[in-house]
Amino acid sequence: MKLTLKIWRQKSLKEKGRFETYKVEANPHMSFLEMLDVLNEELIAKKEEPVVFEHDCREGICGTCSMVINGEPHGPMGGTTACQLHMRHFKDGETIVIEPFRASAFPVMKDLAVDRSALDRIIQAGGYISVSTGAAQDANAVPIDKDTAGHSFDAAACIGCGACVAACPNASAMLFVSAKVSHLALLPQGKVEAKRRAQAMVKQMDLEGFGMCSNITACEAECPKGISVENIARLNREYLSSALGSETVA
Amino acid sequence: MSLDSKTPPGPLAEKWTRYRGTMNLVAPNNKRRIDIIVVGTGLAGASAAATLGELGYNVKCFTFHDSPRRAHSIAAQGGINAAKNYANDGDSVYRLFYDTIKGGDYRSRESNVYRLAEVSRNIIDQAVAQGVPFARDYGGLLDNRSFGGVQVSRTFYARGQTGQQLLLGAYQALSRQIALGTVEMYNRHEMLDLVLVDGKARGIIARNLVTGKLERFAAHCVVLGTGGYSNVFYLSTNAMMCNVTAAWRAVRRGAYMANPCFTQIHPTCIPQSGDYQSKLTLMSESLRNDGRVWVPKKKEDAKAIREGQKTGRDIAEEDRDYFLERRYPAFGNLVPRDVASRASKTACDEGLGVAPTGLAVFLDFTAAIERYGKSKAHSMGMHDPSPEKIRELGEAVISEKYGNLFEMYEKITGENPYKMPMKIYPAVHYTMGGLWVDYNLETNIPGLFATGECNFSDHGANRLGASALMQGLADGYFVLPYTIGQFLSNEIRTPKFSPDAKEFVEAENQTRERLEGMINIKGSQSVESFHRRLGKIMWEYCGMARNADGLQKARKMIRELREEFYKDVFIPGSTEEYNPELEKAQRVADFLEMGELMVLDALNRNESCGGHFREEYQSEEGEAQRNDADYAFVSAWEYKGWEAEPVLHKEELVFENIELKTRSYK
Repeated sequence: MKLTLKIWRQKSLKEKGRFETYKVEANPHMSFLEMLDVLNEELIAKKEEPVVFEHDCREGICGTCSMVINGEPHGPMGGTTACQLHMRHFKDGETIVIEPFRASAFPVMKDLAVDRSALDRIIQAGGYISVSTGAAQDANAVPIDKDTAGHSFDAAACIGCGACVAACPNASAMLFVSAKVSHLALLPQGKVEAKRRAQAMVKQMDLEGFGMCSNITACEAECPKGISVENIARLNREYLSSALGSETVA
Repeated sequence: MSLDSKTPPGPLAEKWTRYRGTMNLVAPNNKRRIDIIVVGTGLAGASAAATLGELGYNVKCFTFHDSPRRAHSIAAQGGINAAKNYANDGDSVYRLFYDTIKGGDYRSRESNVYRLAEVSRNIIDQAVAQGVPFARDYGGLLDNRSFGGVQVSRTFYARGQTGQQLLLGAYQALSRQIALGTVEMYNRHEMLDLVLVDGKARGIIARNLVTGKLERFAAHCVVLGTGGYSNVFYLSTNAMMCNVTAAWRAVRRGAYMANPCFTQIHPTCIPQSGDYQSKLTLMSESLRNDGRVWVPKKKEDAKAIREGQKTGRDIAEEDRDYFLERRYPAFGNLVPRDVASRASKTACDEGLGVAPTGLAVFLDFTAAIERYGKSKAHSMGMHDPSPEKIRELGEAVISEKYGNLFEMYEKITGENPYKMPMKIYPAVHYTMGGLWVDYNLETNIPGLFATGECNFSDHGANRLGASALMQGLADGYFVLPYTIGQFLSNEIRTPKFSPDAKEFVEAENQTRERLEGMINIKGSQSVESFHRRLGKIMWEYCGMARNADGLQKARKMIRELREEFYKDVFIPGSTEEYNPELEKAQRVADFLEMGELMVLDALNRNESCGGHFREEYQSEEGEAQRNDADYAFVSAWEYKGWEAEPVLHKEELVFENIELKTRSYK
């Protein structure tokens, strides 16, 4: 299949970017990133600079790939990361627009690579259970209802790619934050610090310059792991109840 | 020279407890004065960095990823072993120890493996306390499943994403320490050299991957948790950036590389579909709990399937060869990985492969879907369910157990595995070999430690399923934080090291020269093309089956390829910028040296054991033939320079508790 690609090229954080047009021949069995590999090999053969895009596991689990394909983070297939997207879902002769995740909290570093360390700092603010190595009791000491454990898992499945931010017109990170808050708050081990956690993570999210949530739910639609916006409702409850309580985070 | 494993004295079951109770400690006030560098943030690195931070050391932690949550541990699917015996099926620390030694074909160190089995239980406790959402049954307690090479259910799992959940647990523990200031985190930094001062590991040279600048870091000791080297083969199930560079740079500074030829070929991967492919995808071993592996009995049926005239469904039950069940009745589809992989290769070599390339066998869930469907119908009080209803109910059970894997298979192949049997073929997945370490996880360079897949220590010649996560976390949470004190307790008076000392400046200059030398070659071939060619050589001659002629040929070919690389590689851009091609070139250059060592080790080991199958050494039935009299040792190679022969050091393996037997899964 013959394709036309319009790809965002940007030399570095400080320089201005622009779209460049490329032609590439692909095979329907290729993944989207394999198609970009083919393009890059052609560019290198012509001694041109290949397109920088971040990727690693190519199994849809590491959360490294971060591109917007035809206006959608990770492309047109629901529940699929860019690395798991295959060319059989595109048409011969199609023009495909590829650009980086866009959000002021995700500055573009080069071409399609962005800096998502803001998400790490939100986790550092409180996205954990404070238990040091060696301090644990027997794993079966606290039974956890199967369904509750399942809901917790559903939230924990977040891969931290940031597609929710890229999808949101406000560039809000609420789905990411709420997934971690829900994962931990649903478990008895995580309840102890639930109030502090919700406050600290939301505070850091605001500091990083992510936008507010206005219930558009594009995040859920574009999330490659199907994280539900119900988590946002849970985060709001957790946050509200913690704000009403006497315990506040300095 | 023989290597001292520093195995403590005493009966096997008491070694670790006694040793831990008597080893040297570093007092809290001294811990604050000591700096530790941890390279890598997979399970081993992240758990070590977090725990060392909790203990009060000053930790500097490095990853080449944009975040410490991305390392390839995250892709482990099936589970993690622990000798909890929650299933009440006769499991114990001893049995996990025994299974691991036997699974490794008697090429690992008894004392290390026993310790691993002991601490396996603590890992599950720790992970649950961190909030890892393991699978549970209706009573709210933890659920288990089985993996290959064992006859008990000791594998804990979180759907098909166990590695992800465990890594997030370690990442969160690490994040907590970063927030507390005990760990200083350096993202997007790649270690390119190890710095020794007076023979001890005291720091690293790292390249800031964003600016391209080289940076010097000093500490009292260095811990590597930098993973394995499967990507020597180009095509593997490892992530694209997995590499041997940190470990290999340590080898070039004098660390010994142990058992490099022990590589694991995983039997259940999605077969290769084209030449453009740079990465293969694993289908979890847990699928072999319920999937049955088969090929057609008749070559004409296999040919018809390859040509698309028939499908697996068209082959009658009596015309199928469930070859694992036939050859290994005691373990059936759950034989260890090396055994299953070789059996699949044999079937394909006989012309019975079922993909257009001839390289695939079926993994079929029909029987399990029917079994689960019937059981579910019964529990719902249905007395005479239709076959369609049974299938529907059975598919729902399978979906709950393996849903994400089935989805992934369908995304990649475009085929629905609920309706058609999966097609699978072996692929390189894990490397048992790695830096040589003693009982303290310390390499032969004082102050240099290696953890997780980066070391050679626990899996012998073949790793059992669900044991990689166990080892990574055992090393990082429960072993290294203790044993590192044996070294550091002698360093409490050592002042902080300056990264401006001459050893550091020298190492930085050498690294810069290497980078500039490479980028200035300005040849005509891409880094990728060299990597692909190296992979083909390795897979052809040092893959699932090896022989002396092929290995000798491979060694020559790798040397030639390496020369060609340094004459004709083309790397775009400059050294002082974000340049992924330059990063890749560094890694491929090191693979070109590591690959040769793997071939040399394979050539030297005149026996078949575990993942190392030398065609010259097999029984009449095609089973591996070990040679315990001459090869019951760990080979630890000392690097002597580019053209020189590496020097072999041997650690004799002493089996005091286990009788060496021919491994049988029949």
